[in-house]
Amino acid sequence: MLGRLGWDAIPLDQPIPLIAGAVVMLILLGIVAWVIARGLAPYFWNEWITSVDHKHIGIMYVLLGLVMLFRGFIDAIMMRSQQALAFHAQGYLPPEHYDQIFSAHGTLMILFGAMPLVIGIMNFVVPLQLGARDVAFPTLNSVSFWLTATGALLVNISLVIGEFSRVGWLPYPPLSELRYSPGVGVDYYLWAVQISGIGTLLTGINFVTTILKIRAPGMTYLRMPMFCWTALASCLLIIAAFPVLTATLAMLTLDRYLGFHFFTNEAGGNAMMFVNLIWAWGHPEVYILVLPAFGVYSEVISTFSGKPLFGYRSMVMATLFICIVSFCVWLHHFFTMGAGGDVNAVFGIASGIIAVGTGVKMYNWLFTMYGGRIRFTTPMLWSLGFMTTFITGGLTGVLLAVPPVDFMVHNSLFLVAHFHHVIVGGVVFAVMAAMAYWWPKAFGFRLHEGWGRAAFWFALAGFYVTFVPMYVLGILGMTRRLQQYDVADWHPWVLVSGVGIVILIGGVICQVAQLAVSIAHRNELRDLTGDPWDGRTLEWATSSPPPVFNFAVLPQVKDAEYYWEVKRHAREAARLGREPDYEAIEMPRNSPTGFVCAFFATFVGFALIWHIWWLMILGLIGAYATFVVFAWRDVPEYIIPADEVAPIDRANREARQEALAGAATT
Amino acid sequence: MKSSISRSARVSPAVLLWALSISFAPDFAQADSILAPAGPIAAGNRIILLDALVIMLAIVVPTMIATLAFAWWYRDSNTRAVYRPGFTYSGKLELLVWSIPTLVIFFLGGVIWIGSHKLDPFLPLPSKMKPLEIDVISFDWKWLFIYPDQRIASVNRLVIPVGRPLHFRITSASVFNAFFVPRLGSMIYAMNGMVTQLNLQADRPGTYLGLSTMFSGDGFPDMKFDSVAVSATQFARWTAGVKGAPLDLGAVSRLLRQSRGVVPYTYRGVDTALFDAIAARKLPPGEGPATGRSRPGGPNVMPRGGR
Repeated sequence: MLGRLGWDAIPLDQPIPLIAGAVVMLILLGIVAWVIARGLAPYFWNEWITSVDHKHIGIMYVLLGLVMLFRGFIDAIMMRSQQALAFHAQGYLPPEHYDQIFSAHGTLMILFGAMPLVIGIMNFVVPLQLGARDVAFPTLNSVSFWLTATGALLVNISLVIGEFSRVGWLPYPPLSELRYSPGVGVDYYLWAVQISGIGTLLTGINFVTTILKIRAPGMTYLRMPMFCWTALASCLLIIAAFPVLTATLAMLTLDRYLGFHFFTNEAGGNAMMFVNLIWAWGHPEVYILVLPAFGVYSEVISTFSGKPLFGYRSMVMATLFICIVSFCVWLHHFFTMGAGGDVNAVFGIASGIIAVGTGVKMYNWLFTMYGGRIRFTTPMLWSLGFMTTFITGGLTGVLLAVPPVDFMVHNSLFLVAHFHHVIVGGVVFAVMAAMAYWWPKAFGFRLHEGWGRAAFWFALAGFYVTFVPMYVLGILGMTRRLQQYDVADWHPWVLVSGVGIVILIGGVICQVAQLAVSIAHRNELRDLTGDPWDGRTLEWATSSPPPVFNFAVLPQVKDAEYYWEVKRHAREAARLGREPDYEAIEMPRNSPTGFVCAFFATFVGFALIWHIWWLMILGLIGAYATFVVFAWRDVPEYIIPADEVAPIDRANREARQEALAGAATT
Repeated sequence: MKSSISRSARVSPAVLLWALSISFAPDFAQADSILAPAGPIAAGNRIILLDALVIMLAIVVPTMIATLAFAWWYRDSNTRAVYRPGFTYSGKLELLVWSIPTLVIFFLGGVIWIGSHKLDPFLPLPSKMKPLEIDVISFDWKWLFIYPDQRIASVNRLVIPVGRPLHFRITSASVFNAFFVPRLGSMIYAMNGMVTQLNLQADRPGTYLGLSTMFSGDGFPDMKFDSVAVSATQFARWTAGVKGAPLDLGAVSRLLRQSRGVVPYTYRGVDTALFDAIAARKLPPGEGPATGRSRPGGPNVMPRGGR
């Protein structure tokens, strides 16, 4: 009846996952009980769960990403503390558990932390910057989000039912094959990543279509804000790379479920092919994450320097250059496979060439600051932290791209330090900058500056104290994923790295405090104009939070920084332009399709992991039926009449007029 | 004891910092650091590392300084800084911006091209001496080193003669591993069904850390070995004196079972066809876990009815 699932799947003898699971369940049940008791259930159902509004979906993505980032951070704390204790000792985590933790850490951080954060920011920002009312396929967008949530849920279910993968964040065969990993851990990984991967692919298609097809009138490609260009490049990469991931994992799934021999040690299987294929996705994946991060920095540095981005066309070129070259470097992840001098040299040089694009960007940000009037707000601090951190992270990356160097530090903690250097310093700092920068747009009030700065300084210091010792450890020959070790030279540096994570905990506390303090003091931090930073792009032209239709009247874009020009004219005249003629707006209806689909997908995934075939069939039928019901729906979208649009926009115009008058008198 | 406590109490933070920074240097020189080569390959790799580092630092350091300097000088409150909101394009600067990284990569590309050819792990070392052949097989979770010409084998302990080139053929009997002795030089994967090669040489006697750098399952921390470099005469004496059971099919089938914390031991009388038989998959691969239990007595998370 329940396939391979039995009571023995619950790790009753392991207190850590059980207590963690129980606490999370209690918190979730508490939230649900609170929502029902306060009568907020209809609000959450209508405004969030079934919402197809790109802003709400974006916020939910970011929330999911933050929760998973926190979950992955707890894994990091456990890994650092285990290694601090495991010198000539077993520590407190046996290998079976430790191996699950580093596997979950990587999987969560990249696929369920960083990806939802980056996609969430794209969701919120791109349509606003393009002057559009929503994405091209709003319901599909909701499906994407909920499928990602399904994947994240499956990973977290593995905490208390069965186990998670123990083979690392990329399941290299033959270790991940049934012979060496007979447990359900790899299956949890496979189905969680496959289901969320569908969501990611749909997002890629959705945003490429949005950016190519539904920009505001007059918004030509070279008038698009930099963030939209990087989002476009990132989504093109998603479309090109994610099918490779899906196919590769499908082959491993066939090996594990149906006795195929793609990557096995028997019957002519070849695990090297898996390594090639997974990195053909894996390397573009890091650019999928970091390109939108570059977009965020471009927006933030330009806004807070009070200048347009320096060398905009150059930036666009560098972005597309990286987009293409990122597909030509994957072999640098396994120089040590022994491909020979020619192959290694070609891929090494290609990996160096990709740094040219990043170098160009670095200089363009530098010259954006040159001649500017720089305001050191929290987002700008994160950006400066990024610029100084990422350049050395890039340096160690290019070192790793030199095959003879890689032969000495591949898979060592030097490598671990390098990719945390660029992913924390590149992507996580960007997410923090983006949160502080666009928070007032999303919620209508700013975040508390003091706590934000404290979080930044703690994070920066903690980052260096955690990861610089890892470079040293890599040079001392320490390899990654060690549950236990007995080399005396390593121990002091492992301890220093452990101190770093304590400082990082301080950063996380400050960040949480910032959110709490800001929400508590939201009335003092309120921004009525919708343009708190003196922004330059279209999202600042509407109120905060933007109405469901984003813009009362679609902007007619006439040059590159159109909103800035409009604002300049308004400032010179000390009053806003003429009130536009409001018209009725057609907006897409809410739809539970995404939520229901993902509900069934969760059962499909869970049933496949535990071989509960009847449940899998029921789930598939349910998900398909949901899709059919949506495809057959026969209701028109809804119309917001002009006299509902007008008062919303007039209120914002009034606030802006007041601000203008205030600026003129001072 | 008392005196050491009182001494450490007087140490000021500045002295601590200074001590920390000089403790850096000897650490790299003494320990099993990749910057303390004990052979020509490790030395060659180190030169490439330092070359590449210096080429890049020449550009990275000025850029970092410029970032901080620009950010500071053009701060909002600095009334002496000139505000140039129109400075958004400059053809000359664009040329510079593209050519600086390109030139750096041009130089580095040369280093990469020459380095990957001269230090290709498969490339025999130039030497008048005939290389010592060593066949390496990774098992779950121990290393087997076969000396085919001497017809002996050693588990978890690699003994090598100083000054003579070493030619390794490397394969795996189960999952991926990577063979690495940091002070001797390059690492390379051990893969089932494949043979990789590695050419190394030890220039001075010593006991060096050896390890696997590719995660291979629960016993991965045990995939380490002492790599003992001794003089040619000592090596000859060692090979002559090696004792142990013969390494035959029976012995291999025991090695194929997963085991942890294997204390080094040796074999005498080696069937030298075994390495090729394993590499060509004529023997069954490593057995994998005996049960699906994540640990003895723990919950059975293996799908029921599995292997």
